[in-house]
Amino acid sequence: MDKFRMIFQFFQSNQESFMNGICGIMALASTQMYSAFDFNCPCLPLYNLAYGLGILLVPPFILFLLGFVLNNNISMLAEEWRRPQGQRGKDPAVLRYMFCSMAQRAMIAPAVWVSVTLLDGKCITCAFCTSVPVETLGNASHPLLSQGEIQRVLARIPCKEIYNGQQLIANEVAVRYLRCISQALGWCFVLLMTTLAFLVRSLRPCFSQAAFLKSRYWSHYIDIERKLFDETCAEHARSFAKVCIQQFFEGMSTDLVAARCHLPRKAPVDAEEAAEKLLGITDRGTMNTVLKSWHRCKPPLHLHPPALPTGNGWAGEGQPPTHPSAPRRETAAYYSSV
Amino acid sequence: MDRFRMIFQYFQSNSESVMNGICGLLALASVKMYTSFDFSCPCLPQYNMAYGLGIMFVPPVILLLCGLILNRQSVLMLEEWRRPPGRRKKDLAVIRYMCSSIMQRAMVAPVVWIVVTLLDGKCLICAFSASMDPEKFAGFANVSTVQVQQLLAKVPCRDDELMTNNTSRKAVSRYLRCWSQALGWSILLILIIAAFLARWLRPCFNQATLLQARHWSNYIDIEQKIFEETCCEHSRLFAHKCILHFFESMRQEIKLHSFSLPREGEGAEAEEDLLRGITDQDQVNKLLKTWYYEKPPLDVS
Repeated sequence: MDKFRMIFQFFQSNQESFMNGICGIMALASTQMYSAFDFNCPCLPLYNLAYGLGILLVPPFILFLLGFVLNNNISMLAEEWRRPQGQRGKDPAVLRYMFCSMAQRAMIAPAVWVSVTLLDGKCITCAFCTSVPVETLGNASHPLLSQGEIQRVLARIPCKEIYNGQQLIANEVAVRYLRCISQALGWCFVLLMTTLAFLVRSLRPCFSQAAFLKSRYWSHYIDIERKLFDETCAEHARSFAKVCIQQFFEGMSTDLVAARCHLPRKAPVDAEEAAEKLLGITDRGTMNTVLKSWHRCKPPLHLHPPALPTGNGWAGEGQPPTHPSAPRRETAAYYSSV
Repeated sequence: MDRFRMIFQYFQSNSESVMNGICGLLALASVKMYTSFDFSCPCLPQYNMAYGLGIMFVPPVILLLCGLILNRQSVLMLEEWRRPPGRRKKDLAVIRYMCSSIMQRAMVAPVVWIVVTLLDGKCLICAFSASMDPEKFAGFANVSTVQVQQLLAKVPCRDDELMTNNTSRKAVSRYLRCWSQALGWSILLILIIAAFLARWLRPCFNQATLLQARHWSNYIDIEQKIFEETCCEHSRLFAHKCILHFFESMRQEIKLHSFSLPREGEGAEAEEDLLRGITDQDQVNKLLKTWYYEKPPLDVS
């Protein structure tokens, strides 16, 4: 159980690990969905192509979008993209990094579906059975068959029990041919995806690695900051509720004219602690203003006490203060040592 | 058991996680229900459509109602909607937010049922086999009108003596199943696109209002929980004091036993503080009534 707890905590440790977990689960789910799905080729000339290509392409698109929908970072990305500038500048490199990392993870489940479908062969067999080269594989000179009839006969290839064109082209021959092409396509697709992934991973450090490190850091920062803000708000709400209820009870007890009614001699200790945790925000209007400013005007990434605009040269410049001043000097040192 | 407790604790950490967990469980339950349900088409002309469409639409309504019932927030939302304003104004944005989040979660299980039904195909084959055009299928083309209806209605029943090994039956079945699966995938695609657009575009509209509505809806939930805990604690102490008073009043009549009530001075005082001066039934009733009719203002300064 310890092992499981460790794995669980590892995945929870940050959003990226969590998303890797979800991505793996979705890939498994896509294979499971494919094997549970009852493929049912219509065996009619025009319907075959639509059905086969539909099953090959529509579920991957659904899985791709699902990968985005399940990813909490998408609303974080949209928020960061649309928020007013306020006191904190926006860095398009961070937004690009977030989008790329989400898109990469969302592509895995669709790629698995397409590979499994091609390697299995049923979709391609259904979609392209009417394009089988009858001249090379069968008996093209079969008399008394118009083009339309030939198409109808070929369309029944995937449905063995109603196939009536053994003289035209043997069913096993056509199915083997189509399946071979499908599997070749499948393996090429897997090879292509793997090569792309390999190239992306190995060539990335060759291009602007420093900028990449910066973007990754600040995208993690935005994620952590949002989580901490939500936790702080929840903590505040809890303390607010405790004090509110405490005051309600006190108010009731002063209103009640009863024989043995008396005010409590001291407030319970936890209510006092709760009042301290309120951080001075003690009514609805103030809380609403806090939440509105959080969105409209995020605080600068600057942990020193706010300097006067005239006193500190660089804070007064037009440059958005994305990074604090002290690390900035450290960043210059980093570059020079590299 | 440890594993289960950890997963349980993770989901209990806040209300939203609990609701997501319930929503996921209902979706899995709907898939399981469908696979274990023994679909049995009546294969009679008038009954087929009623049965097929009934199986497709009635369980989703049941699942939707279950999703609403099991969600604690729906009661909170109704309470917040119907309470008198008292000293605390009502914020319609919060009520709308709660309503939309409840409906989104409740809709997942019904949609899963409908999609699984369509992807499987049996319901649609049962419902629409009698409405097929017999001219399209060789085996039914030269049969009289009355008989063809009966024959088409028997298509979903493979074991029927007329239908076993009938290629036209298989053709009708395949055709309807293909349409059913296409419809199922299309519905799934449309819903996923809608969900994606909703998630992507929401921060573009009124993000500040959304943050506020989410915060206050969470607050209402926490406040209700803390109020219930406080009331529980109060009622425990009330009961304790009540019983102690009863024993004290009985003490005079008990002369045979050397009976002394355990009574620590400090403990009794601390308990009276916690009772907050509310010490009889009418006072408790008044307190509960006021809690509903006149919620305290959101101002603790």
